[in-house]
Amino acid sequence: MENMEKYWHWFCTQLFADPSLESRLIEKFGTPEEIFRTEEKKLVKAFPSNQKKLSDLCAGRKKWDFDKEEEKLERLEIRFVSKEHPEYPKRLKEVENAPWGLFFRGSLPEDSLPSMAVVGARSCSAYGRNVSFWFAEELAKCGVQIISGMARGIDGTSHRGALHAGGRTFGVLAGGPDICYPEDNRDIYMELEKRGGLISESPPGTRPLTFLFPLRNRILSALSDAVLIIEAKEKSGSLITADCALEQGREVFAVPGPLGEPLSAGCHNLIRQGAGIAVSPEKLLEDLMILPGINIKNTQKNKITLERSEYLVYSCLRLQAQNLGKICQETGFSPEKALRILAKLQLAGCAREVSKNYYTAVPADVVSEDADV
Amino acid sequence: MFSKVLSAGIGGVDAYPVRVEADVSEGLPQFQMVGYLASEVKEAGDRVRTALRNVGCPMPPKRITVNLAPAGVRKAGSRFDLAVAAVVLASMQKVPAENLQGLMIAGELSLSGQVLGIPGVLALTEAARTAGVRRCIVPSVNAEEGALMGEVEVIGVSELAELIEILRHPERGRQVFVDGDLLLKKSAQWEEDFSQVHGQKAIRRAAEIAAAGMHNFLMIGPPGSGKTMIARRIPGILPALSLEESLRITKIYSVAGLLKPEEPLITRRPFRAPHHTTTAEALAGGGRLPLPGEISLSSGGILFLDELPEFRRSALEILRQPLEEHRVCVSRTAGTYIFPADFMLAAAMNPCACGYFPDRNRCSCSPREVSRYLGRLSQPLLDRIDICIQVPKLSYEELQGGGENESSGQIRKRVEEAHRIQKKRFRETPICFNSRLGIRETEQFCRLGPREKKLLKQAFDSLSLSARAYHRLLRVSRTIADLAGEERVLEAHILEALGYRPPERSEWQKEV
Repeated sequence: MENMEKYWHWFCTQLFADPSLESRLIEKFGTPEEIFRTEEKKLVKAFPSNQKKLSDLCAGRKKWDFDKEEEKLERLEIRFVSKEHPEYPKRLKEVENAPWGLFFRGSLPEDSLPSMAVVGARSCSAYGRNVSFWFAEELAKCGVQIISGMARGIDGTSHRGALHAGGRTFGVLAGGPDICYPEDNRDIYMELEKRGGLISESPPGTRPLTFLFPLRNRILSALSDAVLIIEAKEKSGSLITADCALEQGREVFAVPGPLGEPLSAGCHNLIRQGAGIAVSPEKLLEDLMILPGINIKNTQKNKITLERSEYLVYSCLRLQAQNLGKICQETGFSPEKALRILAKLQLAGCAREVSKNYYTAVPADVVSEDADV
Repeated sequence: MFSKVLSAGIGGVDAYPVRVEADVSEGLPQFQMVGYLASEVKEAGDRVRTALRNVGCPMPPKRITVNLAPAGVRKAGSRFDLAVAAVVLASMQKVPAENLQGLMIAGELSLSGQVLGIPGVLALTEAARTAGVRRCIVPSVNAEEGALMGEVEVIGVSELAELIEILRHPERGRQVFVDGDLLLKKSAQWEEDFSQVHGQKAIRRAAEIAAAGMHNFLMIGPPGSGKTMIARRIPGILPALSLEESLRITKIYSVAGLLKPEEPLITRRPFRAPHHTTTAEALAGGGRLPLPGEISLSSGGILFLDELPEFRRSALEILRQPLEEHRVCVSRTAGTYIFPADFMLAAAMNPCACGYFPDRNRCSCSPREVSRYLGRLSQPLLDRIDICIQVPKLSYEELQGGGENESSGQIRKRVEEAHRIQKKRFRETPICFNSRLGIRETEQFCRLGPREKKLLKQAFDSLSLSARAYHRLLRVSRTIADLAGEERVLEAHILEALGYRPPERSEWQKEV
C-alpha cells in the first residue's frame, strides 16, 4: 500500500458516521497523515464539540499497526481505495460528501460502462419481484452494471436478475463488506464477489447498524448513472436513494403500479414530481441511449411459439401474481387442464410459480401458433 | 387347592395370554396377589372378595394366593377381576376346576357383582384364537365386539352369578353371534358431502388424487377459505371399509377404550383432527403402558392437522417415522410397543401468521415474519407431503354456488376404481397404494416413454427438483394416470402432477 493510502485506510477505519466532520478534519489538517500525527489536544481544540469522538480516535491510533492492518485486509480478501486512488470510481468522486475511501470485495464498477441502481421495497409484491428481475436482467444483457443494496425484496431480486443474465452487478452494503446482511441472501453475496463486487464505506467487521443505511444510499446512487425505483411505499428508504440521486444530478426513473396500491404510492409520487416513467426495459434503454457503452443488440429474444390453449393461459397471466382459480375462471379451463398448461409454460420459461399456485408471466416474445398461419 | 384359568393383558394393540392361578391353603386368613401388578390390578382382591360375598359365596378365612403369569410382564387395568373371581371360586371348590380349562375370561367387577365392560376385547379374542382357546367369557357389553373375530365362541356375562352358573354348567353359556358384513352394510352415511362444497374445483381435484393414491395432502390458504370443510369430506370419498380393514381399526379403538357398546364395529374410516396444542405423546401414543395415539387412531383413514405450523416442533417431527414406515414404535421401561399408523395425512395451513400472504394489501406480516412462519415446517416433513394445493378465498358468485356440485358418491366411484387398479398392480407386493412406493418400486411401476423422459429431464433441470421431489412427482403422476385409467404414465399426467408439487422450503422462503 502506498504511503498515503495506509493513512487513508486508518482514517476510513474510524467510524465517525458523520461525513461533515470527516471533511472538516481533512480541510483543517490537509492529509490523514497529518491528522494521525497531530496531538490530541490540538485536535480537540480545533473541534471542541466532537471531543468524545476525537479522543476515541487518539486512543485507537496508539494501538494501530499499519502492517498488521494491511495483512488483515489481505486475509479477508478485501481491498481499500481512497478517494485519491486512481481506481476510485469517477462517478463517486464527483459528488459531494463522497466517502474518503471504499472497502470492497471483488471489483468496483467500471467507469467506462453504464451503471444503473435498481432499488425498492423489502416487503415487495410478486409484481415488484417480477418487474425488478425483468428490468435488471434486460439491462444487464445490454451491458448495464446493476447496482443495488442486497436487501430482501426488490434489491435482492435485481441482483438475481442481473446474475441470471450473466451481467455485472454490485452490492453496496451498510456494514463491512465481509458481513452478509441479510443472511437469507447468502447466495447473492457469494455470487457478487465473483461477478461484480461488494462495496462499503464501512471498515470490515462493522455491523449493519440502522443509521448506516441512509448513508449507504448516497453511495448507491452516486455509483450509478440513473436510479430505478420499483415499488416504494409513501415513506420508504428507497425514496432517500431517489433524493440522493437528484442531489447528485442522476436521472430518476420509477415503475408505476396500480393506482391506490400502497406499495406503489412512493413511485407514483416520484413520477408526479417529474421522475422518468419506466414502462419496459426496452423503453428505459431508449431513454438511457445517451449513455455510452449500451449494447442494445442483446435484447433480441428467442421467440416462443405456443399452442392456442397455451397462448390463452399465457395471456391471462400478468406481472402481478394470479391464482389458479382466477386463471381457470378467465380461460374456462378445468383446473387439471390449467395446471398442465401452466406447468408447460413454466418449463418453456414464460411463467413462474411465485407462491403455491400463484403464477406470474415472465415477459417474453410469445406468439400464438395460429398467428403464423 | 390350586386352580388356573387364562385371561389376557394388553401390550400395544395386541393382547397376550395371562395365566391366572389361585391357591387356597391353611394359614392365617389372607388374600395376596402377586405377578408384577399395577395397583389397580392389586385392588382386584377387594372387589372380588366383596362381589363374591354379595352373590352368596363368601371367601373362607384361609390363606389365598393369586398369581398372574408371566410374572415378568407388568400388568395393568381392571380386566383381570373376573378371571380372579373364577379361579378363587374353583380353588374354593364352588365350581369344578376342570370347567376352567380351554377358557379365557376377562372383565371388571363391581362390588355388587355386576360385570363391567373393559377395553381391548377384540384383541383378546384374537389372542384366544392364536392361543387355540375355543371359548371366551367377557362382559356382555363387549360380547358383540369380541364375537366379530369369529372362530372363537364368545359368551357375554353381566353378573357374577351368571359366570358361576356357566362355570357350573358350561352348556348353559349362550354364544353371541354377530354379522360383521351386515354391520358394515348398515354403516351410517357421512353427513359431510362434497356436494355441499361450492367452487374450489382445483382443490376437489387435488383431494380426489390424494384419496386415490392415499397421498399426504397439504392445503394452503387464507382463513375461511374452506380448508377444514374439504378435509372433513375426504374420508367420504375413500372406498368403503372391507371387513378385514374395519376389524383392524376396531381393534385399535377397542384397545384405546374408544369403542361404543352400541357400535361394536368401526364401520367408517376414521377422521382424527387433534388440536394444534397437542403433544408428541398424544400423537404417537403415551402412558406408562402406552395406549394408541392419534396417529394410530387415524389408521385406515385421515389424520387432519389444521394450522400445521402452529403445532409444536416435537409433535410434527414425531410424524416422520409413521409417515415413512407406517407404524409407531413407543419405547418404555416395560418394553417397546409397536402401533399401526397406516393413515393419510391431510394438513391445512395459512400462508402466514395473518393468513393473507401473498396479498400484500391485506397481509400485515413483514417478510421476516412470513419467512419465520414457513420456517416452522421442516424440509423432511415437507418432503413427505405429496400433494400441495392453494385454497383461494371464495368469490361471492362461487359462494352462492352455480349449478350442481359433484357429490362424494360420484367421486368415490372413481377413487374406488383407482384403488382397484392399484390393488391389481401391486398384487404380488406388500404395497397397497402408489404413495407407498419406494424408490425401486417407483422405477419399476412408473415406466416412462421417451417423450415423458424428456419432459422429466426438462422439469428436473429448469425447476431444480431434488431426487425426493422427482420420485414424489412420479408417484403422483402414477395416481393421476390410474384415475384416468391409463396403463402408462403420460406427459399430461406428469404436467398436472407438477402443479401439485409442494414448495421446497428454501425456494419458498426466497419468494417472500
